[in-house]
Amino acid sequence: MSDPVTVLEEEIEKARHPFTEAWEMFRRNHAALVALVVLTGVVIMAIIGPALYGRDPYDMVWTPFTRPGENWDFILGTDYLGRDLLAMIISGTRVSIIIGLAAAFVSVFIGVTVGALVGFYRGWVEEVLMRFTEFFQVLPTLLFSMVIVALFGASLPMIVLAIGVVSWTAVARITRAEFLRIRELEYVTASRASGARNGKLMFRVILPNALPPIIVQSALMVGSAILFEAGLAFLGLTDPNVVSWGQIIGSNRTYFLDASFTVTIPGVAIFVTVLCISLVGDGLNDALNPKLRAR
Amino acid sequence: MTEPLLKVENLRIELTTRAGVTPVIDNLSFELGHGENISFVGESGCGKSMTALSIMGLLPEGVGRIASGSIQFHGEELTTASTERLRDIRGNEISMIFQEPMTSLNPVYTVGEQIAEVLRAHQGLSKKAAWDMAAELLDAVRIPNAKSRVGDYPFQMSGGQRQRVMIAMALACKPKILIADEPTTALDVTVQAQIFDLLRDLRRNTGTSIIMITHDMGAVAEMAERMIVMYAGRNAEIGPVDQIIDRPRHPYTKGLISCVPHIVANLTEERHDLTEVPGIVPSLQEFGKNRCLFASRCNLRTDECLRERPPAREFENGQKADCWHAEEL
Amino acid sequence: MDGAVNFLRVTLIRVFYAVILLIAVLILNFSLMHMAPGDVADTIAQAAGGIDAEALEQIRREYGLDQPFLVQLGRYIGNVLRFDLGYSFFYSDKVTSLILSRLPATLLLVITAQLLALVVGVILGVFSARKPNGILSHFVTFLALFGYSAPVFWTGLLMLVIFSLMIPIFPVAGMRDVTIEGGFFAQAFDIARHLVLPMITLSSIFLALYSRLARATMMEVLGSDYVRTAKAKGLTNRQVVYKHALKNSLSPVITLAGLQLSAVVSGAVLVETVFSWPGLGTLAFQSILARDTPLILGILFFSALVVIVGNLLTDLALRLVDPRVGGKK
Repeated sequence: MSDPVTVLEEEIEKARHPFTEAWEMFRRNHAALVALVVLTGVVIMAIIGPALYGRDPYDMVWTPFTRPGENWDFILGTDYLGRDLLAMIISGTRVSIIIGLAAAFVSVFIGVTVGALVGFYRGWVEEVLMRFTEFFQVLPTLLFSMVIVALFGASLPMIVLAIGVVSWTAVARITRAEFLRIRELEYVTASRASGARNGKLMFRVILPNALPPIIVQSALMVGSAILFEAGLAFLGLTDPNVVSWGQIIGSNRTYFLDASFTVTIPGVAIFVTVLCISLVGDGLNDALNPKLRAR
Repeated sequence: MTEPLLKVENLRIELTTRAGVTPVIDNLSFELGHGENISFVGESGCGKSMTALSIMGLLPEGVGRIASGSIQFHGEELTTASTERLRDIRGNEISMIFQEPMTSLNPVYTVGEQIAEVLRAHQGLSKKAAWDMAAELLDAVRIPNAKSRVGDYPFQMSGGQRQRVMIAMALACKPKILIADEPTTALDVTVQAQIFDLLRDLRRNTGTSIIMITHDMGAVAEMAERMIVMYAGRNAEIGPVDQIIDRPRHPYTKGLISCVPHIVANLTEERHDLTEVPGIVPSLQEFGKNRCLFASRCNLRTDECLRERPPAREFENGQKADCWHAEEL
Repeated sequence: MDGAVNFLRVTLIRVFYAVILLIAVLILNFSLMHMAPGDVADTIAQAAGGIDAEALEQIRREYGLDQPFLVQLGRYIGNVLRFDLGYSFFYSDKVTSLILSRLPATLLLVITAQLLALVVGVILGVFSARKPNGILSHFVTFLALFGYSAPVFWTGLLMLVIFSLMIPIFPVAGMRDVTIEGGFFAQAFDIARHLVLPMITLSSIFLALYSRLARATMMEVLGSDYVRTAKAKGLTNRQVVYKHALKNSLSPVITLAGLQLSAVVSGAVLVETVFSWPGLGTLAFQSILARDTPLILGILFFSALVVIVGNLLTDLALRLVDPRVGGKK
């Protein structure tokens, strides 16, 4: 086992695996590592939290506006209807995370498709899709999704769609830039010369190499989708029967001058989660972007 | 002999990197006379540019520093001069042009503005006077229609023209010394010749001394009276250009010269075999060790080369070579 | 001059694209209205507290709702060109006049917040770039993370708690205090006092983005060849940083600021709601609560218009700092 040759071989084996290498780089970013741990905690809470805590977030259990620490049965206090704030936060985690993930998926899907087409084709496809992207860039995102939700109803799928449809332009921009860069590289020319079809070139040759920045951006999209949902919920544009972090803030906003904790506490939950997501995004960037490794 | 214009003695420059402190320039001495043209030759990474930057007082902050030795300009010590004094000298008495004309000019200001700026900083010229002077300077570096081109932005000019602008800027205050750091490396061959012509004429007209840094032995043979061959931060050989090309006393110089067939053929009327210098430049960790750093690539290597750093051996006309086997060559 | 003609041409192309974009927004608006369940007639019926089917048909005919889609679309665009965006049944007023009465407040908030973010962001970026490991640099990193991660309405509420309740320096809500009498300056001061918190809140998101980008580009620019040239010219540190480096690091920041315009307007909706700022955002919020479709769509159209005009201005600003923009193509 301590034979130097075997150790060396093991080292080489380890170094060869790209995931190992990426993980090594990620681990060096301590903030990202801590954030990953916190985030894992948040996800676990989203999955088993409600079952573990057991109290129904919709039940009016105590005097409204009980301050945090006033009654140890309700550590975080109660909201304007006397519902347990901790139960609401725990149950809101699931909704906020699901909406964040789903909306990010929608926007990454649209963004990568549009960005890939714009970056790959020249001529009219590029021209038309560029205008299309520009069009979505000038529509104020939040207002646009407010309009969608207001017109078509505030169900969860509609909210996911409304967020995803308005926030894909950043992904498209990054995908396009990567495609523009990579399509000129030798190995693309080589596979083009060997007769690969456009579809294969785009999704089998170029896309895998364009992935690192797209993955980083996708991680960040989850964070901004959570923020986005919170914003919509704050404005009351959410399913009133589903508790999410933003919805807690939105429904208690009117009373916040008297009981600011009903607003600050869910805000901290959003803040910490989004912060951790962006720190993890930073770490992913270190791990996946070889250009920055030298620094 | 009168006092030299620039006198560098036992210069040692240290670079602080993650790996530790490295002497990128190790015990370098040379002199530059009035109106003289001296050339620094060597592979990239041998410390040529570091020498130039240290004379300018522009070593990368926090990374490079002059550890010991002296640089005297007109008898004035530059290594201990104040930042204000160095600023007065820069661009005024000693100026510099760089390797990359494409990126060395500020893209968001007109070339006229960039030339006029030097004149205003050092000679207190008015805006108008400096601008007119800039046009004259552009004309002097042979840019056609100088009067109208002076309002152009760098992106509207070719690489050769940009290098001419750099030269105009460097010569604006009639400096005593012009340092040219690989001034033609990034340019086309025909443009290279034009830039060399220009530098030669300007030197004849203004009497400016030139320190030219290059890895092109052809350019050295054409332009300079004396040359310094550097290897791994150390002086390998110094002396009159003709004499060194005729009879190099350092195996590295010999290798460099034999890489360039036409100089040898022109100057000595005999043909050597075209060879290359085998091996690679030592890594930074090797720098500063007490042995001959060229030994690993040298076919004359003996034990003493690996044991101790060679001292300078002197020959006629001030030719010096740092090699244990200099006499044998 | 050649440049002026080119400038005009590029500007005209830009304006042409802007008009096409606006028409596209109109088509989207109309399609949304068409696709949404319920129409204007239903809204009126609701407002009137229920009407019978025949009266409903009557209203549909009056408003042309029985016409084919394209005819209705054409009429809608025609109306918009005549500055008629429809009628708000909730406010019993024309949509255009409602919006125009609220627009100045939003513009005031958006423009001041954006300027604040740009100016402070660039200043922070420049200072921290000069000392990459200094306290300020860490502060910028912290600020960037906070600005990105904190929901803007939450930041606003925290600001209210701190600066209106705990330390009552600034008013809680609104844009002006009706009890304040006096001349222009007294009124302006009153508005400014109300503006401070919303402006800072809105700019916090963008301040984070801009300072981070400004620091990164400034660090890159400070290491560039042309900054080295500027130093070699003997310019003072101040000239090197604020004349040569700063102007070059501005264009990426301005480009980013242009891309953020729609986000700024979006953020304004939330900030206005938090601070009861009487702008388009609060109007949008109220119109959505009231299901006032023509008003909502009118606001969407106007805010897109604000972003498009802002983009044109950004382009202009970009061409002021970088001569290469618009010169090519």
